[in-house]
Parts: sequence; C-alpha cells; structure tokens
Amino acid sequence: MKDESKGKHPTPMLDELEGGKWPSFVTGLKRLRDEGTENNQKMMNDLLGQLNHSYEKKLGFWKGGTLSVLGYGGGIIPRFSEVAEQFPESKEFHTLRVMPPAGYHYTSDLLRKFADIWEEHGSGLIAFHGQSGDIMFQGCSSENAQPAFDALNELGFDLGGAGPALRTAMSCVGHARCEQSCYDEVQAHRRIINKFLDEMHRPALPYKFKFKFSGCANDCVNAIHRADFAVIGTWRDDIKIDQEKVKEHIAEVGRKYTIDTVVNMCPTRAISLHDDDTLEIDNSSCVRCMHCINVMTKALSPGDDRGASIMIGGKRALKIGDLMGIMIKPFIKLETEEDWEELEDFAETCIEFFADNALEHERIGETIDRIGLPAFLEAVGVEADPNMVNHPRTSCYVRTDDFDEEAQKWFERRARETGANAHAE
Amino acid sequence: MKDQATKPRMPDEVGVPDPFPFMHPIMKKNYGNWAWHDRERPGVLHHVAKSGDEIWTVRAGTQRQMDVFTIRKLADIADEFSDGYVRFTTRSNIEFLVGDHDKVAPLIERLNEEGFPVGGTGASVSMISHTQGWLHCDIPGTDASGVVKSLMDELYKDFVEEKMPNRVRITTSCCQINCGGQGDIAVNVQYTKPPKINHDLVANVCERPAVVARCPVAAIRPAMVNGKPSLEVDEKKCVCCGACYPPCPPMQINGEESTKIAIWVGGKHSNARSKPTFHKLAVANLPNNPPHWPEVREVVRKIVDTYKKDAKHWERMGEWIERIGWTRFFELTGLAFTKHHLDTWTGARKTMNMSAHVHF
Repeated sequence: MKDESKGKHPTPMLDELEGGKWPSFVTGLKRLRDEGTENNQKMMNDLLGQLNHSYEKKLGFWKGGTLSVLGYGGGIIPRFSEVAEQFPESKEFHTLRVMPPAGYHYTSDLLRKFADIWEEHGSGLIAFHGQSGDIMFQGCSSENAQPAFDALNELGFDLGGAGPALRTAMSCVGHARCEQSCYDEVQAHRRIINKFLDEMHRPALPYKFKFKFSGCANDCVNAIHRADFAVIGTWRDDIKIDQEKVKEHIAEVGRKYTIDTVVNMCPTRAISLHDDDTLEIDNSSCVRCMHCINVMTKALSPGDDRGASIMIGGKRALKIGDLMGIMIKPFIKLETEEDWEELEDFAETCIEFFADNALEHERIGETIDRIGLPAFLEAVGVEADPNMVNHPRTSCYVRTDDFDEEAQKWFERRARETGANAHAE
Repeated sequence: MKDQATKPRMPDEVGVPDPFPFMHPIMKKNYGNWAWHDRERPGVLHHVAKSGDEIWTVRAGTQRQMDVFTIRKLADIADEFSDGYVRFTTRSNIEFLVGDHDKVAPLIERLNEEGFPVGGTGASVSMISHTQGWLHCDIPGTDASGVVKSLMDELYKDFVEEKMPNRVRITTSCCQINCGGQGDIAVNVQYTKPPKINHDLVANVCERPAVVARCPVAAIRPAMVNGKPSLEVDEKKCVCCGACYPPCPPMQINGEESTKIAIWVGGKHSNARSKPTFHKLAVANLPNNPPHWPEVREVVRKIVDTYKKDAKHWERMGEWIERIGWTRFFELTGLAFTKHHLDTWTGARKTMNMSAHVHF
C-alpha cells in the first residue's frame, strides 16, 4: 500500500515475499525503513523502491565504480544507482567486504557492535556471509565508507579481497568442533592470508586468487570447486576402528543396512564385514573419502598420522569452463613450525608463479591448462606423482627421449622417501 | 604535518581475526580433541570431546541478508541460551553452541516462536547458498534473495526434517558466472540472446581489447559503428554467456524476456563415496518470473520429490542419477532431453557414452 504521507514507495512485488514460513529479507528491509535510524529509514525506503522496480522491470539497476579507503586499493564493492533520480537516498549503496573470524565464530557482543556500527554508518543491512566468505556490510554512501571502515578496523576487523587480488579465505569449523578434522584450520587460514595481506589490500595480481581450508575430504567449504589453492585434510595411516562400536552400530541399524550403506558404498571396495559383525578395512586401497566415517561416527575415525592434501586450480565457468583443483601435494604434515613454514613457502611460490605467468583475467587453473601440468610442476618445484592423475596419459603425442633420466629420478626419489620413512620409524 | 588531528588514519592491517576470543569455551578447551558426534533430532548436533565434554549445536535457517533488528534478536537469543556464542555455516545457517543440554529444547522453541526454522542438518535440504542479485549486483539477471525465499518457503518441511536419502545442497546464481557454485540442484540464470550493444557508449566505457579477450568463443571484434569505435558480435558464434557484459556494460546481456532460468543437477563438493562432480543441465528456458518464480519452484519440487522417493540412503543426487541412468531421470522427472543437453564445449567428448551400456 502506498503511504503518501510518509513518502514510502509502494512495493507490491516485494510484499509478496513476506508470506511463507522462511525468514523474509523483505520484512527486515521494511523494518529498517520503518524503525531504523533516520538515515537507515531514508536509504531503505529508496532501496526498497529500486528493488521493487527491478522486480517489475526484471532488470538490475546498479553499476560499479571505484571506491576505497585510505591505504587500500580493494575490499569495497562500489554500487551507484542507475535510477538515482527516482531513488536518490540509495544512489550510493556500497558494500564493505570484511573478513570474519576464521571459522565464523561470533559472540553476541560482537554481533551487536557490528549492528551498532552499521546502523550509524550504513544502511543497517548485513549479510552473514557472501559467497566470497566475507561479512558483507551492505549499503554505505561514498562519504561514510572511510568512517565505517575506521570503526570496524578499530574493533579489530579488516577489509577482505575484491578484484584481481588475493581473496578472503574460508575455513570449516574443523578443530573447534569436529572429530573428523585432520589439521588446524584456523592456523592454516590465518597464517596464509595474514602473510600475504599486501596482495589482498593492494590488488596487483592477474586475477583473483582464493584459498580455502577444509579439515577433511567432506570439504565443507567447497574448496576443490571454488579455490585456486585448496587445503584438504587427510591422513596416511590406518582408519581407526572401535570394533565394539561397530557391533553396536550393526545391532542398532541391522546387518543388511550396514552392508548396503557402508560396505557396498566404499568407492574402492576396501571394506569387509566379518561374520562376527566386525569390520576389516584394506587401508592401502582406502582413498580417505570419509564415507564410512560419516556413517559410523562413533566406530570409525581418521588415523593419527594426519595432515593435508593441496589441490590447485579450482574455479567456475569463465573463461575456459569449470575446473576443479588438481591434486598437487597428496600429503603434507601440518604440525611443527617447519611444516607451517613449508606450507607458507609453497603458497608463496604458487602466488608468485601466478603473478609472473598468468595472463590478464586468467585463473591459475587456466594457466595450468594452457601450459600443461608438467611445466607448472617444474615451475613450482613439485615432482610428478601418480596421485595427480586418474590414469596416465592415453595420447602418444609426447616426446620421451629423456624417459630414462626421468625414470631414474623417480627411483632415486622413491629410495630417498623409503629411506626417510625407515629412518623415521 | 604539525596538526596531529588532521593526520589521516592509516589502516591497521590486522587481516583474518583470531576466532578464539569469539569461540565457545567448551570448543576452545577441546580444540582439536573431539571424539565423535551424533544427532538427537533434526537441527541438533551433539559433539563429544575426548575429555568427555559435550556440546550441542542448534542450527537454524536465516534470511542471510539481515537487518540490525534481526541480528540483535539473534544476539539476545544467544545470550539467553548459548552463553552468547554462535557461529554461521557456509550456507548462512546460524548455529547456537549450547553447553547445557537442558537449554536445547527451550532454545528450539524460542527459535520457532521467532520464526527461525531449526534444521538443515544431515539428510535435509539445507539453506540455499546464493548470490546478491538485484539487491546489490551490477550484472544480475534475476534476484537471489527472492528466488531463495520462494524456494525455501516451498522446501521448509524438507529443511526441518531429515527425510532425504542424503543431504541436498541447492545453489542459485543470478548470472552464468555462477557465484552460487555447484549444487545437487543449481538454479542459475541462463541468457538466451546475444548482447544488445549501445554503440554510443562503448568507446568511452569499455577497454575494447580486454572485452575481445574475454569472449570464450572469439565472437567479439572491434568495429566502427556510425563513425564511432565500438565492438560487434558475431551472433552465429555467440553462446550468450554474458562474459562481455561485466567489463563492458553497454553490451547489455539481460532482457526482460530473454533472461531465463536453467536448472542443473548432480553437483557435489564432498569426496565421500564418489569424487566431486559438476552439476549437469536438467532443464533450460524457464521464465524469470518474480516474485515467486512458480515454474522454477515446480521443477525443483519435482526433482526433490523424485530423488526422495527413488534414491537409496546416502546416495547424493548425482550418485542416484548415475545409478538409475539419465534416461530414467528424465522419465521420472517428466523433463525433456534435448540436443541442448549434449555438451559442445572443450572436453565434451568425454561426457558422451562411449560404451554399449544402455539404460532402458
């Protein structure tokens, strides 16, 4: 209903989205319009007007631009209205991308402080979280971007990435609440991103570069699809089995159900169920997919020799089509200071490779496709490994006159690794 | 500068904040030392640490785009039931961390009273991961929050129950860049017409070589139009992907009728059982029909119901289809299989059936 006296824009299309049982963002926007601070009210009234206009015209009416805070070149998504004459109070509706605490932990006190800052400097609308992994403080005028950032920065928060830069990372809940977690995700997340902040705050890379950290192969932060550099937890030794809990599980759900949902669903046929309802796992065939552990959360768990795999090159459609990360480092330990420094060094090597070799607007996965995996491996100092492929090449179009030298390297490496393992034992 | 007050404030480059000051004390104490978990009811996770400590997580759906009143309401609920500690999932669900089991049931009751559905765990349809759309994006073909609100109203029961064969992860995206990502079901804008070029603006707004380079099928070339430097599109080559539009807004890809919605199925992030997969086209050319997108709702409902009825426990959408075959998928869902389902992009041949394996 149009409320002429208060100059409220009618929003018949959006009003339709206030019914239904799911929480309505429209109700929230309207509450800011009706009960927010004076500035929130004005901005939200016009924002609602423009959004309803979009619903009617089936078109968006925002354009980008350039906006940053002092000392930084990125982190704010500028939005200027193309229909500002009709909706002047929301003519500037910028978003500040702010990096959340690793693992998305918040206290009520922190949430209230965010709300207070954004009520004062912005529209009062915050998204937890954007697809980039940032808290999105949405709806800021150009003038208020600096004071809003200053307030958030003084609270201990920093802008995330935007544009051709290191981007905000994501990490799963991991060690904080999950028994399946195979490395310290918080440490990995903070060490890597905080080491390369310059690449985030002053965009100078060919295109975006994203890290994501999942504690196991369930990959709850979707790293393999979405990250240029994915760190996925895994383990090298045997799955841990509590046979008494296996029996309890079978007693509860039944033997047939266990065969159907655990034994038969193992992707490498590595599980047998004995007649006495104990499980046997062929750990050398197990690929650490997590399925059986997901089903039998009390009876099975990852081994003790935990660490992570690194996969490189995930991204979506633009330009050459969807890519998932390729397995580049099947296993790294992440326990000692040296382990962590090795991860940081490898990340730095990859970022430098990307900066030096990628074409403009090319993601690292596309660079790898363009130059071939062997050239990439040589550039970042990694040896070829059977875990990198589904199967060896099927095409004969390759020059192999140095095959013997390469084979010799393989045997020497194998001997070194076997020796090192024997030594460690 | 003599006057300190006029000296501009430089940023304190703090980077990713330390989460420990915001982490529930039980989680902090048992960091890296959890033993197992189970779920006593949909929406509630119960984790037990090696120390014997226990914590309950009550998960609730939110609208993601939250006003300060909603945020303060959630903060108040956290103070009352979870010692003030919460976290968010990657799908914008809020999780209340509860150390005292007696508070779980009253918390659920309060959340329901306040209109926050409790669920999204295990074999449920969780919150849709989505993009910005008309609310904030500069290139969107549709709205995100509105599509999601409509779909989650439809799937509300499937969120608060755990009655699916396995988890169902839905995503939406407002353009073909697909910021929403891969999903068991992905609801994405699909453009159907080449860009309409405003030749008066191109020279001043667009860096023409960069736009030419952006096209995946090399369909864009520099041209003089009406005496002005501009760009032209070979419409026979154009695949209507919209990649030229972000770097060159005068190449408008959206149209009131030409911007359509496609639905994709069988994407999977997890490595559990099968390797991660990309989603595959189920149906295209659905109308972009705000505010309720009924045609999209209907197809999603049908796919979800068919999966629910036909898949085996623990089979994800893509694994179910892999077992029953695409012939049966299209038959059971009543969707059409067309020449547009045949991939034509690089690597397309590897998506073809090069065997005598046939489903009847």
